[in-house]
Amino acid sequence: MLIPCPHCGPRESDEFTYIGDAERTPPALDAPEAVWTRYVFARRNPMGRHREYWQHTGCRAVLAVTRNTLTHEVEGCEIVGPHAATAAGAGE
Amino acid sequence: MTGYRLATGGSGIDRTRRLGFTFAGRPYGGLAGDTLASALIANGVGVVGRSFKYHRPRGVTAAGPEEAGALVSLGEGGRHEPNAKAPMVPLVEGLVADGQNAWPSLGFDVGAINGLAGPLISAGFYYKTFIGGPRGTWTRLFEPVIRRAAGMGRAATTPDPDRYETMNATCDVLVIGAGPAGLMAATAALAAGARVILADERERPGGALLHDLSEVDGVPAPDFAAATAARLTDGGAVVLPRTTVYGHYDGRFGAVERVVDHPGDPHGLPRQRHWQIRARHVVLATGAIERPIVFPGNDRPGVMLADAARAYANRYGVAVGRRVAVFAAHDGAYRTVRDLAAAGIDVAAVVDARPAVPAAAASLAEAAGARLFAGHHVGATRGRKGLAGLTVAGADGGSIAVDALLVSGGYTPTLHLASQAGARPQWDDALAAFRPGPLPEGWTAAGAVTGRYATTDALETGAAAGEAAAAALGRTVAPLARPALAAADDAALTATAPAAPFHVAGKKAFVDLEHDVTSADIALAHDEGFQAVEHLKRYTTLGMATDQGKTSNVNGLAIMAEHLGAPIPTVGTTRFRPPYTPVALGALAGAETGAHVRPTRLTPMHDWHATHGAVFVATGAWLRPRAYLRPGEGVREAYIREAATVRTGVGIVDVSSLGKIEVAGPDAATLLDRVYANGFAKLPVGRARYGVMLREDGVVFDDGTTWRLGETRFLMTTTTANAAAVLSHLEVLLATAWPDLRVHVTSTTEQWAGMAVAGPLARTTLAATVAGIDFANEAFPFMAVREGAIGEVPVIVARLSFSGELAYEVYCGAHHGAAVWERIMAAGAVHEIAPYGVEALGTLRIEKGHVSGPELDGRTTLYDLGLERMASAKKAFVGSVLMRRPALRDPARKRFVGLVSLDGKPIRSGAHLVGPSGRSEGHVTSTTHSPALAGAEIALALLSGGPDRIGEELLATDPVRGNAVPVRVADPLFFDKDGSRMHV
Ligand SMILES: [Zn+2]
Repeated sequence: MLIPCPHCGPRESDEFTYIGDAERTPPALDAPEAVWTRYVFARRNPMGRHREYWQHTGCRAVLAVTRNTLTHEVEGCEIVGPHAATAAGAGE
Repeated sequence: MTGYRLATGGSGIDRTRRLGFTFAGRPYGGLAGDTLASALIANGVGVVGRSFKYHRPRGVTAAGPEEAGALVSLGEGGRHEPNAKAPMVPLVEGLVADGQNAWPSLGFDVGAINGLAGPLISAGFYYKTFIGGPRGTWTRLFEPVIRRAAGMGRAATTPDPDRYETMNATCDVLVIGAGPAGLMAATAALAAGARVILADERERPGGALLHDLSEVDGVPAPDFAAATAARLTDGGAVVLPRTTVYGHYDGRFGAVERVVDHPGDPHGLPRQRHWQIRARHVVLATGAIERPIVFPGNDRPGVMLADAARAYANRYGVAVGRRVAVFAAHDGAYRTVRDLAAAGIDVAAVVDARPAVPAAAASLAEAAGARLFAGHHVGATRGRKGLAGLTVAGADGGSIAVDALLVSGGYTPTLHLASQAGARPQWDDALAAFRPGPLPEGWTAAGAVTGRYATTDALETGAAAGEAAAAALGRTVAPLARPALAAADDAALTATAPAAPFHVAGKKAFVDLEHDVTSADIALAHDEGFQAVEHLKRYTTLGMATDQGKTSNVNGLAIMAEHLGAPIPTVGTTRFRPPYTPVALGALAGAETGAHVRPTRLTPMHDWHATHGAVFVATGAWLRPRAYLRPGEGVREAYIREAATVRTGVGIVDVSSLGKIEVAGPDAATLLDRVYANGFAKLPVGRARYGVMLREDGVVFDDGTTWRLGETRFLMTTTTANAAAVLSHLEVLLATAWPDLRVHVTSTTEQWAGMAVAGPLARTTLAATVAGIDFANEAFPFMAVREGAIGEVPVIVARLSFSGELAYEVYCGAHHGAAVWERIMAAGAVHEIAPYGVEALGTLRIEKGHVSGPELDGRTTLYDLGLERMASAKKAFVGSVLMRRPALRDPARKRFVGLVSLDGKPIRSGAHLVGPSGRSEGHVTSTTHSPALAGAEIALALLSGGPDRIGEELLATDPVRGNAVPVRVADPLFFDKDGSRMHV
C-alpha cells in the first residue's frame, strides 16, 4: 500500500503510523463522561471508503488519508493541521 | 521404482561433471544440472521420505514445486533446512540431505504402525479423540507424543550462520514465470523500451521448454530459452532465475532469490535475497501444474505425474522405471508415452479413462508398443516399498507388472498470485479446471495459466501480453516476430481438454499426499456435515501442508462435489494466501538480525563511560551505563557504592537519553496546560515543573519535568522509553484537535547532552566550574532554571532532584557533552565525585518512592499511583474526564506502595504479593538494596488496596525463579520523608 505524502511523494505504508478515525471530531476536553466514553471506546469498523489519520514518520506530517478498507486503495491524502496550507504550497 | 541414468539424452545435464552427495547417510553420485530428485531416481532410490500421518513410504512424484512426496531435510547445524522439495533442490558437490518423518530409518519406520491403525486415524481424529478428552490431557499427554511421531521435519536448533539481503525494486513490467510465455512477454516489453524484471522459480529460465524435444526457431527448445534469456539480460532486463515470486501484498510483490542456496560457506554472498517489487504492469506467466488422479494405492513410490517422468527423461537423462505404464484422461499425457518410448524405456500399457481415445493419441501409444486400455482405469497397485504392479479395472482389465506408473488427470493453472490479488478463480467446464478470474487492473495473463497449454499458444499469448503491457504504459510497440515451432503434434495433443476430474473409488486413495488425506476422509467430512470448502479443508487438513494443495485442491473439491451431487464451482475454492511456496524466516528478516534489528543509540558521553569501567544496559534503543565497576566489584557492589556516594558526597549521571521536546509559540503554555494533568500556564520563566500526562482514557501516559526558558518557549523532558510517543501525541493533537493553537513542537533529544549532578556536594562542585550563575540557595532555589557557561560552552542548569538530594541537571549542546562532563568531573575531583549508572539511579528514586517505567505500565491511574492531588481541578486536560470514572477510583485497585523485606533477602521484580487469601493481590514493580536505609532490601509494588494496607505482612513469591520473601507493606517514600535534603 502506497501513501502519497504531499511532502515526500508516494511511500510504502511501512513508513507511516496509523493514528485513528478522521471522520469523528474529538469532544471538548470537558465534555460529559458519556461523550468521552463513546468517543474512546465505541469504535466504528467501516467497510469501504474511510477517512483516517496517519502520520509520516519521516517528515512528521499528520495526514488525512482516504482509504478503502476493503482494497487498501488510497483515494486521497492531505496534510492536516495549521501547516496544511503552507505545506501543500511548498509541495507544488 | 527402479530408476536409472539413460545412456544418452538429458538436455540439462553435463555428463562430464560428476558430483558427490549424501542422502540418508549414504554417499551417491550425480551430474551437474541434476536436481536432488533426478539424482536420487538415477541412483535407484525409490523411498525418499515418510508421510506425515501414517508414515507410509513416499517417493518422488513431481519435477517441480508441487512435489508432495519427496520432502527432504538439507544441511546440518545452523544451516539445517526442513521440508525442502527434492525436485527444487539443485544438486551441488557435497550436498547433505536426509529423508523426513522416518525413525529409525527410511526402510524401517516405527511410526508406520499408525498405518495399521489407519482406519482409526481418520479426518477429525485429533479433535474427537484427544482435544475433547478430560481437561489437560491434550497438552500434557497426547500432544507431545503425537508431535514427536508426526510433524514435518525438524527446525534447526542453532543460529543460522548465513547472511540474507533485502532488495527493493520497481519496474514497468514484471513478468512472473520464464517459460515460453514469460520469455516472449519480457522480450516484447523490452523491445518497446519498458524496464522489465523477469522472475522464475527454477534453476534456469525456460519452463516447459527445458524438457521439450521440439525445435523453436530452428534450435532445440532449451537452447532457444537460454538464448532468449541471454538477449534479455544483454538488453537491460533484470532476469532473475531461482527467484520465486511468492506473494502479492497490496500491490507489492514479495520474491525470494536463492543466490547461493546450498550448504556450505557462501563466501560472502548472501544465501538468499528478498525482493520487494512494485511494477506498473504485471504479466502472469506462471504456467500450469499437472493434476494427479485419485485411485487406490496411488501413493506408492513409483506413482508419478506423467509430465514429470517426461522431464526426468528429456532434461535429466533419467528413466523413472524399467517398465512403465501411463494412466491418463487426456491427450497431453501421450507426450510422455512418445518421449519415454523414444528414450528406450519400455512403456507397457496406457490406461485411459476415456472410452474413445482420439487417433493422434492412440497412434502414439501404438508407436510406443504400449497396450492401450481405453475406458479403463487403475483399480489397485501393489508392491512392498515401491511399485511392482497394478490392476487395470474394466472389461479387458488385468494385472500388469510395472515399476513406475505415470499419471495425468489434466492441468491446474497456477493462479495463486492472481487469487492473492483478489481475482477469484473461475471454474471452466471446457477446461475442466479453474482459470484466474477477472484480473486486477494492470495485470495480463499469458500461456498455460490461461488454460492454453500448447507451446505455440504460450509463445503467441506471451508476446501479445508483453506488447499489451508496453502499450498500456504508453510505449510505441512494433510487433515482435513470433518464433516458429517445429512440432505440430504437441499443439494437437494439448488442444483437447482433459476429462472432468474423477477418482477411482477404493481404500487408500490419496488426495493429499503430504497430509495423508484420502478420498474416504472427504466422504467422512461430507457425512459429518463439513461440506463447505473451508470446513472441508480444516476438518481433513486437505491442502494445508507445505505444498498448499497444488496437486490436491481440485481433486478434493471434485470428490466433495460428487458426494453433494452438485457441480464443482458450488463447492467453491479457497482463496490462496501467500506464500506460494514456503519462505525462510531468515530471508524475511534480511540483515535485520541481532544488533542490526534497530540502530543502537549512544549518548555523547558514551566513550567516556566505556573507558571508565561502565557496564551498559539497553534501555529502548539506548545503551546507558548500568554501573561503573571498580576492581573487584560486581554490579551489585558498584551500584550500592554509587548510591551511597550520592547520599554522602556527589555523583554524576548521564541523562542524555531522556526525551527532549522544544515547545515554542505564543500558545505553548496553553498546549502544556491541556496535555499535563497539572497546571503549567502560570509557571514563571526560569522555573521548571514536574508534570504528568494522561491518555484520553485517563490512564497515566508519561511524566517528566518541563522548563520555561522564555515567555513562549519551553523545554519538555519525557521518559527515555516514551520520547517518540509523546512527540507524536503532541503533533497529532495539534494537527487534529487544536489546529488553532500557535505552537511548534520539535524533538531536540539528539541536540542536548544532559547530566545530573547530585549529592550534598553538588553545589560546591558546580559553583567551581559554572560561570554566570549564582548557586546560593536563595539566588538559585529548588526548581529554578538558569543559564551559564562552563568554559566556552553555554549550559542550562536546572535545580531538579530525582534522587532527593541537592541536585542539578546540566544541559549543553550534544557535541560539548563529553567536554562538559569532564570539566565537572575535574571540578568534583576534590570531593571524590563518582559517576553513577541506572542501577544507582533506580536505588535513589526507589528510596524516594518516585514512580518510573515499571509503575507507569499503561494500566495505572494517578489515583493508583497516589498522585491524584497533582490533577488540577481548575482546568480540563487530556484524560481529565475519563480518569474520574468511578471504577478507576475503586480502593481495591492495585495501588502504589512500598515493601520492606523481613528476612533481609532481596525481593524480586515481578514477584506476586500473596496474603492469607492465597491468591495474588498485586505484584512487585521495582526493587533495590538500600544503603541509605542501613542495607534494607526494599521494593515498590502495586497492591490491591495499596495504602490502606500499610503494615500488613505478605509473601512476595516468584515461583518461576523459586523465590519467596516475607515483606511488610510500607509507605513508598522511604527516605527523607519531609524532603528537606533537596532544599538545603
Ligand atoms: Zn512525508
